[in-house]
This record gives sequence, structure tokens and C-alpha cells, in this order.
Amino acid sequence: MRLLVCVKRVPAPGARINITADEQDVDAAHLGFTTSPHEECALEEAVQIVENHGGEVTVLTLGPAEAEEQLRYAASVGAHHFVLLPVTEVDWDPQRTASALTKAIQDLEQGNEPFDLVLFGNESADSGGFQVGVRVAQALSRPIVNGIKGMEIGEGTVTARREIDGGFEVYEMPTPAILGIKEGINLPRYPTMKGRLASKKAEVEVNEPTSEQGGQTRIKLHRPEEKVSETVILGNGPEAAPAVVDLLEELGVL
Amino acid sequence: MSVLVLCDHDRGALAEASLEALTFGRRLANDLGVACSGVLIGEGADNASTSLASYGADSIYLVEHSLLTDYGPSAWGESLVQLVNKVGPTAVLACGTDRGNEVIAHLAASIDAPFVANCLTADTTNPSTWLMTRVQWGGSLLEDSELSTEQVKIFTVVHHGIEAEQSESSNSGQQESFTPELDESVGQTIVADRVVLTQGITLSTSPVVVGGGRGVGSAEAFAPLEELAEELNGVVGCSRAVTNNGWRPHSDQVGQTGTRIAPQIYIANGISGAIQHWVGAMAAKNILAINIDPEANMVAKAGYAVIGDLHQVVPAVLEEIRRRKS
Repeated sequence: MRLLVCVKRVPAPGARINITADEQDVDAAHLGFTTSPHEECALEEAVQIVENHGGEVTVLTLGPAEAEEQLRYAASVGAHHFVLLPVTEVDWDPQRTASALTKAIQDLEQGNEPFDLVLFGNESADSGGFQVGVRVAQALSRPIVNGIKGMEIGEGTVTARREIDGGFEVYEMPTPAILGIKEGINLPRYPTMKGRLASKKAEVEVNEPTSEQGGQTRIKLHRPEEKVSETVILGNGPEAAPAVVDLLEELGVL
Repeated sequence: MSVLVLCDHDRGALAEASLEALTFGRRLANDLGVACSGVLIGEGADNASTSLASYGADSIYLVEHSLLTDYGPSAWGESLVQLVNKVGPTAVLACGTDRGNEVIAHLAASIDAPFVANCLTADTTNPSTWLMTRVQWGGSLLEDSELSTEQVKIFTVVHHGIEAEQSESSNSGQQESFTPELDESVGQTIVADRVVLTQGITLSTSPVVVGGGRGVGSAEAFAPLEELAEELNGVVGCSRAVTNNGWRPHSDQVGQTGTRIAPQIYIANGISGAIQHWVGAMAAKNILAINIDPEANMVAKAGYAVIGDLHQVVPAVLEEIRRRKS
């Protein structure tokens, strides 16, 4: 099977996210970077599929030159081919990103069969536009379902499960297909030492993206008004139990 | 001209989130001086339509087709495209739920229009460029964004961003049927089957959530939290650290990449309160943090806190509850 996973490099925030002075981006000076969580799971799923069914995993990212790190990370956990579409501006709107990815996928498929599966993360951890996968799927005329937390490969089909309140919806799709993966579909592995070493030698193909400007433009980022709440300390240790139960009674949940 | 609000329903049961979108759509329609219409797609739509008028729908489109037996992103998206082409609305919106964002993305992709997801406000002063405030990072950052298009303005409203509110005006909610022309291929992504795991209260709907974080320490140590949840008719949730350690299934995870909760009270045990978790919990009406660290982010953000070891505090709370109940 031939699988393609689209990933995004995002900052790894802790308890607070700061904004740059020009209000255009997250201040990542003291932050590490990572693969957006849903996409890390999409990558793990793709690697597991080729482990079980044979085939190859290609990883595609659009991002700054440093996103090569995320491609090498993908190499360290078992992916095979790597394509970087380098960009310099901070914020590509979702239409523009989708048009560049669509073109890149068409180029990768040129002279080949289409990828059996293209996996996206359900949404990126940072900008969260909830649409790039759908736009790419429509441009490539392939079926797509988002929110996938379970899947099985059949003969020219894929059965995908989407979590809903209290259970799953099941979708049966013909391949080639596209899925938007959610965290929880698996627990991504950690790279092995051998994988890490091998990833240093992985060949990363760098292709200039071609794209069309979309209709969403960032003006600025800002922080939501934080609710200034004085925390009422009900007590220390187990002696606080009566105060806790008083509160539960007051709120009518007991 | 009008504002179209896509309302989600599951086989005839209206999704509560749709009423938030309708509330937003009604206010937007008032600002623009146009009508507000609800859109319900597929089998059971009729049953779901009853409360739409009281939340501001001047009219309701019931989209009917033999292929629309259940939810399907492509089928719903294509139906909406054809309705939009027929009606020519100023704006189309939905609540930013999994389905809302998905169907609206299909609409925007089909007509190659911009789509701004998870908005809090829309400033429509300039007709060709609306100024949207939307959430990033699941709600820890806001982005002011221009939505520039001569086409229909397409966006979703962030879930739990506003309270659903009944409309003051009396809206007729007059129903109109619409039958799109659908190709068999849209059937490829219609729900084929369902698996029911739990019935009744779930993490996203429970009035009480008892959460556990890294401080709980092990899968077994969640037992007292389970007991507390049971005493309060609530459910157990957890942080990402817990699922990453394999102590709880991912379906219990509260956070940006898990479930958004909005209970009457969230009892956060041994949870530090990283951004990832906080954005899933911040819609809780009340938060009680139980943490050994008085400096923990969760303690700072909670309305109530107990400083102490959850392994001692939770059993003591259980004992007190049982004493009062008996």
C-alpha cells in the first residue's frame, strides 16, 4: 500500500502561550516544536498499516525550513519518503495551504498509482482551520471523513470509525480515500536509537510550493480576557472534606 | 438576502449546539436586516425542527432526498451547496462541532470560498470584508481575521462560545422542502453502521466530571475517583498525560485533542492545568482543583481548591458524602 501523511510543525506549549511583539505569531523563543498531535497519530497509524500490509509511507509538510525536523522525526519512527514545501510567511490561509498540498500530491502521484490513503490530522493544534483535508479531498475527487479514531484496511476499501457521544459511527469507503485522524486512534511509538540514527540520513525532497491566495487574512493574535477569579481555598488535606461536600450540596450535584 | 444556519441533528434529535449557532445567526440577521433560516438535512429533519422558530428561525429548509438516510459529510455538504445556490444567502454558518466544521468545510471547498472556523464575533461593517474573531489553540489564543470575499460569507461559531437564547421576536419558522440532485457517490461517506458503547450520560453532557491527572499515579488509583463520580452521578475524565501513560482510554481525555466538557462542576484531581487540558475544561461552570501544589495552574484558574494529596482528600470526601447520605 502507498500511504501519504500530511503533517504540520507546531510549537509545544506548556501552561501559557505568548505572542510576538508584532502580534502575528506565537512567541516560540522558549518553546520546543513538535508534530501536531492528531498528525503524530496519523503517522503512527500509517506506519502500522505498512507494517501489517506492506508498502511505503510518504510524509508531506508545508512549513518553514525547520519543519525538516518533523520529517526526520517521521523517518525515525518508520516512514520512508519525505517532502518539504518550504514557506517563509508565518500564516498561510487554509485555502492557500490546501491548493499547495493538492498540487504537491498530484506531482507525487504523477506516473504512479494514486496513494491508497492520504491521512491528515483532524485539525492543526495551532490555527485549527478544520478544512485543509476536505479541500484537498474535493480537489482530488476522493471521499473524506474526519474525526477518525479507528480503521481497518480491506480489499480496495477502508472501514473507519468516528467517535461520537457514547460510541462510534462506522464509515465504509472505497480507496483511494482520505481520512482526518484524531488523537486516540493509537499511542504513537517513541523513536528507537536505530531509528534516530537512520533518520539523519533520510533524504528530504524540497519542492517550492505553488499556491493560490485565499480569502482569510490574519490581522493579529491576542489573548482572551482571562477570568480573574480569586480561588477560594476550601482547606488543606482531608480536613477540607466537609467544605467540599458543602460546596457540592450548594451546587445541587449531590 | 438571508442568513442560513445549518442545524445538526442525529436521526431527528436536534444537537443542542445548533441552538447556539441559531442564536448567533439570529443576531447577525438582525444586524444585517435580513431573514434568518434554519437548515435541516435528511431523514428525521422534520422532528428536529420544533424548537428552531423559538430560537429565531424565520423559516426552515427541510432538505430531503432518498440518499439522505443518515449523516454523511459529502451528502450534507453537497445538499448545502445546492441550497446555497438556490437561496443566495449573505452568510452560511453552523456551530463548530465535528459535524458543523466538516459540512461547512465541504460547502466552502465546493464553491472555492473562504471558511473561517470557530468564530466568536463577526463585524459586518464592510460588506465585502468582514472582521472575524476566532479561536486558535482550542481557545487559548484569539485571532482577528479578515474574511474577504464577494461570495457568500462562510464560518462556524465556536461551541460553548455563546449561550443559546430564545429569540425575543416571534419568528414563524415556516417550513419549506428542498430536494437536491445528488449523485450516488455521496453515499460513499454516509454512516454505514453504529457502535453504542455507553448509554445515558457521557463526558460531554455530564453535569459532574471527576478528572484525574498525572498526580493520580496509576490506572488502579483511579478507583476512588470512579467512586466519587458514581456518588455524584457523574463521569470520570482525565488529562493527556494519563492517556499517554495508558491509564485511561483516550475517550476519557478532556482537552484540546479530547473532549470539551461543560459540567456544573469539574473536580480536577492532580491536574497541573496545561493549556492542552485547560481549553477542554474552561467551559465548566465551576472548577474545584484538588492538588498538592498550591502554585499549579489549575489551582490558580479554579474557583475552588483544596491543597492536599488527592489520595487522602478524595477518600475523605467520599466518607463525608456517605455519612451525610445515610
